[in-house]
Amino acid sequence: MNSIIQTTIEFLKAFWAPLLSGVAIVAILPLIVGYIVLVERKLMADMQARLGPMRVGPHGLLQPIADAVKLLIKEDIIPDNADKLVFWLAPVVSVGAALLSLAGLAIGPAFQIAQDINIGILFVVGVSALGIFGIVLGGWASNSHYSLMGALRSSAQLVSYETAAGMALVSALLFAGTLNIKSIVEAQSNEGIWFVMLAPVAFFTYLVASIAETNRAPFDLPEAESELVAGYMTEFSGFRWSLYFLAEYANMIVVASVATTLFLGGWLRPFAKVHELAGFHLLNFLDFVPLLLMVVIGVYCVQRAPKQPTRVQQMFMLAVAGLCFVLGLVLLAPVVVPVAKPFYAGIHGGFWFILKVSLYIYFFMWLRFTIPRYRFDQLMRLGWHFLIPLSIVNVLLVGVALIAGSYFNLKGWGLLLVTTPAAIMALIVALLILAADRERGARQDQAAASDSYAG
Amino acid sequence: MGADELVINMGPQHPSTHGVLRVKLKLDGERVIGSECIIGYLHRGVEKIAENRTYQQFAPYVDRMDYVAAVSSGLGYCEAIEKLLLAEAPPRARVIRTILTELQRIASHLLWLGTHALDIGALTPLFYCFREREEILKIFEKYCGARLTTHAFRIGGLQYEAYDTFEKDVERFCKDFESRIAEYEDLLTQNRIWIGRTKGVGILTAAAAIAFGVTGPVLRASGVKWDIRKAAPYAAYDQYKFEIPVGTTGDTYDRYLVRMEEMRQSRLICLQAIENIPTGPIMAKVGKVLKPPPGEVYHAIEAPKGEIGYYVVSDGTVMPYRVHIRPPSFINLQAFDRMVRGHLVADVVAIIGTIDIVLGEVDR
Repeated sequence: MNSIIQTTIEFLKAFWAPLLSGVAIVAILPLIVGYIVLVERKLMADMQARLGPMRVGPHGLLQPIADAVKLLIKEDIIPDNADKLVFWLAPVVSVGAALLSLAGLAIGPAFQIAQDINIGILFVVGVSALGIFGIVLGGWASNSHYSLMGALRSSAQLVSYETAAGMALVSALLFAGTLNIKSIVEAQSNEGIWFVMLAPVAFFTYLVASIAETNRAPFDLPEAESELVAGYMTEFSGFRWSLYFLAEYANMIVVASVATTLFLGGWLRPFAKVHELAGFHLLNFLDFVPLLLMVVIGVYCVQRAPKQPTRVQQMFMLAVAGLCFVLGLVLLAPVVVPVAKPFYAGIHGGFWFILKVSLYIYFFMWLRFTIPRYRFDQLMRLGWHFLIPLSIVNVLLVGVALIAGSYFNLKGWGLLLVTTPAAIMALIVALLILAADRERGARQDQAAASDSYAG
Repeated sequence: MGADELVINMGPQHPSTHGVLRVKLKLDGERVIGSECIIGYLHRGVEKIAENRTYQQFAPYVDRMDYVAAVSSGLGYCEAIEKLLLAEAPPRARVIRTILTELQRIASHLLWLGTHALDIGALTPLFYCFREREEILKIFEKYCGARLTTHAFRIGGLQYEAYDTFEKDVERFCKDFESRIAEYEDLLTQNRIWIGRTKGVGILTAAAAIAFGVTGPVLRASGVKWDIRKAAPYAAYDQYKFEIPVGTTGDTYDRYLVRMEEMRQSRLICLQAIENIPTGPIMAKVGKVLKPPPGEVYHAIEAPKGEIGYYVVSDGTVMPYRVHIRPPSFINLQAFDRMVRGHLVADVVAIIGTIDIVLGEVDR
């Protein structure tokens, strides 16, 4: 008995930090996801000339909590003919994979979420791809045609686009020369240039593929509500449904974080190198951007506070403003107070990382409100005929560019001399593929037109 | 049923069957190899009700058929009974009828555009369309107090005089509306995905369209220039200049373009009409109790969705002996199976959207 306690204590001593952050992920992530959903609904409302959630809390700020409570107390329905065990297990697999892959990420040099793994990026990509099992099993287990079709679409889509995404990641990894997440960002810091500049085509490919992987519009075919009702989630309700929902948004965070780490310089400030130059530099004003942003949000909240209808809402608004100001001060401290200087990398790194991830997710949302949905055959054609060939060619071109770069001994911004021609060549290849595809499509249309009247 | 065929029931409760349409789809993978529309979930026996109501009492019932274009249904019915009575609405009434009907056409097409785009996955146009539709409904509300099932017209003319700022409201709407259509077209017309989803989908040739008896924008998109407003002018349409847009291939994209252009033409008709609304009475002398002479009449008008026709038989009493209604949605829906065969599941919702059905009218 004693030995068991002893071992437990030993285990806790060795792994207290990962355990703690694990608990933190599970506890905090649903809240974050809830607020991402709120932001999405607000953005959508703004683009659609309406207000969005306004009832629960000031400007609907408490809506996510109300939604969560509603979902948790809903009746738990399992269809009669469903495979009960798989039906129960599937959402858990989905959300488990999404949360586990978050563990490999790092929000700034000081905030490694769980463990600094030397194959970090491989771990994240691999584990997050496991989430597809949850979708396929869930669709199969609910014993409904719509669910099954959603699940099949989802698996086909993931297989097709994971390839393109993987190839895009390879292009960036060629520059980094490592799979470790911290080292990848350090490589970008050393080069003084983000990989998005060196491999723009790879970034574009990853962007498109990551939208498809997370089943977001315009690639949201597995849950296309106008065709398949809700796709694989049709028979799920209440808590199980919310697990799928959580997994989807957690996956969004994962792909956004991977893109940020690999292409957008992770937690690095724009023009990060300039900070280290001696003396005052104009670009150092970027250090004050976090403060400014917080102050702007805070001032807006203070302004809006008197317009809230009830006292509770006014106080809440002021509290949000206060929080913003405090955060602003925290972000300012490392820049101006010498004692806090050591925390600069951690605090500002976290800020920039979260800002980049948010912008990436914002782009996802923006697309969703703007463009219609692809059809399944078009989606597959885009994946197999366009993205995969393009990403393979791009890897080749990036490799050649890197060899040329080392031959001429180019570093940092100088690498642009070889990578830009490579990118332009990839672009030409892309246009050629598109032209060829259009020709083939036209020929198919003619064939289809002559044949569709046969019946 | 073969081993690889899958029968899937779309509806009657499905997000994109526009009401309670039930489509039985026979699928091979995702490809449609057969379909059957099962209708009647909204059947209320409107035609039978007509036999037990006086001519005036039945007028509000026709609004409940195509409830998103009630003004048009009402116009068709009122004009049919007027024909039976050998009466004619005064010129002022006819012009106001024209304006309201054209506004209704715009409203109906806006609802179609929003839901059609939503079916194909574009979320935002719906809200823009409803914003403008709201303006039209406000005009209706000011005119007769109701927004959807308006019962705006009476047999013999109008019950209500146009309100004071009627012309100004219509003019303001028409002025704004031009830029608004451009806004929808910005989002869709040149969009690669939109073109990919609609071009070549649900092709209906002119011959097939005529054979099915399809009317309205669906017929015109197939290249047949047939519009009752021009072919047999009613209300005040003979006084105004407007074009009839026609398509070439008869696919979903053509039907989209035709309806967009129709909204523009309706706007032009409204602008011409408000310039010169004749003065005078708004009601013909038809008497309080309508007793049409024995006989029968068929009168059709161009509703937003196609030809809506009323076949009314009178036996000389206060109630019609028989009323048969030719609803455009019901007849256009017959072409559905021809249009979906060989397409994918995703195209099915695009095609249901492009036919523009209202189940209240299909089932009556």
